[in-house]
Amino acid sequence: MSAPHKHAHRCFGVLAEYTSGAELLEAIEHGKRAGYTKMEAYTPLPMHEVSHALGHENDLPKFVLAGGILGACTGFGMQYYAAVIHYPLNVGGRPLNSWPSFIPITFELTILFAALTTVLGMLALNGLPRPHHPVFSVPGFENASRDRFFLLVPHYDPKFDADGALAALRETRSLAVQEVPHP
Amino acid sequence: MSAPAHKPPLSEVIAPGHTLTSVSEKITKIVLTRATPRGWYIGFGIAFLLVMVLLVSITKLLVSGIGVWGVNVPVGWGLAIINFVWWIGIGHAGTLISAILLLFRQQWRTSINRFAEAMTLFAVACAGIFPLLHVGRPWLAYWLVPYPNTMSLWPQFRSPLLWDVFAVSTYATVSALFWYVGLIPDLAALRDRAKSKPWKILYGIGAMGWRGAARHWERYETAYLLLAGLATPLVISVHTVVSLDFAVSVIPGWHATIFPPYFVAGAIYSGFAMVLTLAIPLRKIYGLQDFITLHHLQNMAKIVLATGMIVVYGYTMEAFFAWYSANPYEQAMLANRAFGYYGWTYWCLLGCNALTPQFLWFKKVRSNVVALFVIALIVNVGMWLERFVIVVTSLSHDYLPSSWDTYTPTKWDWGLYVGTFGLFLALLFLFIRFLPMISIFEMRTLVPSGVAEAAEKDEEHA
Repeated sequence: MSAPHKHAHRCFGVLAEYTSGAELLEAIEHGKRAGYTKMEAYTPLPMHEVSHALGHENDLPKFVLAGGILGACTGFGMQYYAAVIHYPLNVGGRPLNSWPSFIPITFELTILFAALTTVLGMLALNGLPRPHHPVFSVPGFENASRDRFFLLVPHYDPKFDADGALAALRETRSLAVQEVPHP
Repeated sequence: MSAPAHKPPLSEVIAPGHTLTSVSEKITKIVLTRATPRGWYIGFGIAFLLVMVLLVSITKLLVSGIGVWGVNVPVGWGLAIINFVWWIGIGHAGTLISAILLLFRQQWRTSINRFAEAMTLFAVACAGIFPLLHVGRPWLAYWLVPYPNTMSLWPQFRSPLLWDVFAVSTYATVSALFWYVGLIPDLAALRDRAKSKPWKILYGIGAMGWRGAARHWERYETAYLLLAGLATPLVISVHTVVSLDFAVSVIPGWHATIFPPYFVAGAIYSGFAMVLTLAIPLRKIYGLQDFITLHHLQNMAKIVLATGMIVVYGYTMEAFFAWYSANPYEQAMLANRAFGYYGWTYWCLLGCNALTPQFLWFKKVRSNVVALFVIALIVNVGMWLERFVIVVTSLSHDYLPSSWDTYTPTKWDWGLYVGTFGLFLALLFLFIRFLPMISIFEMRTLVPSGVAEAAEKDEEHA
């Protein structure tokens, strides 16, 4: 092993800037060939190609399904409990479990729970809110929310070493390659 | 949201020549750098005065009691319920544009969905005021919520009025979530562009540290589509439940199975009319004709026409059922509706809702912005009259002549209604001043060069 890079202890990763999604995709392929497996890309618009290339998995739908089922059970369970167990009221011998009239609220709570799970789940899985992140300190990164595309090789990538990543990303059609300082 | 295989020519949904940079700059500038137009101050000032009217009307009502309104036996559901249904209906177009058109991959929705969603949120806020005050003692409104209480009582889960509580509060929550989730990447764009520190911090808090990571976008898009999929049946259920408030009762003119679909169509109809009413002046004042093109206005006009025809079908079927049922009460209801004390409202309603939209068959009218604006206003009036006809005419004239009586709204009824316009407009003015009224990140996906050529376009632009 070569001697540790002088900045290794405080380097969060190496960030390269691109002017188009196509260049970013090329760079991702290049990075994969160089053996990096934990790369992250930053784009101003959602791009399925990029997340496909990075091989991201997405568990959100499972959580939402669970949230919806929980909502349905809560909605119906609450009404059943109120009408049949806790406060049964005999009105002319009609069935206590008048399930058709329990459907609307069951439905609304299904939607409510599923929607809350969607939003809170998306934020939680994304690790948001997180007001600060090391990449924000890189000059020019503010354009990731406008028209620039970025590729990060983070320090937690098993193959990471700062010099190697700098060299690898400089081989791509990037505007600039910079080290991201660790806060 | 990435480009689907089959799509209309993009030149129709965004003017040619735009790039990632120009789209982002043009929309963020409205919020961050452009001087606030004088019209904004005038408009907000008027809206603010109307909010004062709202506050005075609410205070008067709370101090004196519900007797300051014109409602009494037999018409217990006066203007408050009319306005509630009207505002809720207006809100529905926002959800339709943001959710249903997203699922159908209608790209033209992109430039109008943000403020249509804002419109939904503010319309629901206005709508919510009415039933809350109409309960008479709004400080006890929490009794509608099932909570563990020492009285050991439950709300009546078998009543459509309680379904309404759940439907409307779920709708308000989901609309707010949908709107906020859509805003997150744009708030990040504003955070990155804002010059002054306080605004950077405020937008930064809203953006929650969004940095456009591919992993985040992946979940974000899934969440956005799931919310759209959840909001679509929700919006239909909300107006269905609202219509069940009427249809489950036994009042002639209310007890009809056609109510749910007919209410939903009416809601979409009035909502699109309201989107047109708002979009036409906005695009003019802020110079957004590149983004909200004539193509958008024409599409909305077509939806107004189509839903208007469904509503007219509803009116026809109501009349047909009344006649065909051979039920004397239903037939009396129909005669009273057309020729009774409130007959003029029925004919005005038909003029506004059945006759006026027919002009939209002509492409010349659909391409005339002023004509569209006027038609949209007339449709809004017509839909208000529809709810007036349904609520007041039926209640004032049901079974026994001994229980027939008329209803006249008082100045406090009108004050509250006019006041909600103030609230709606004031919120809308604040929204267009401080938040991007067009979804920036979704507009970026419309840039014709798409992914591959974005760079070259950028360079040309720079």
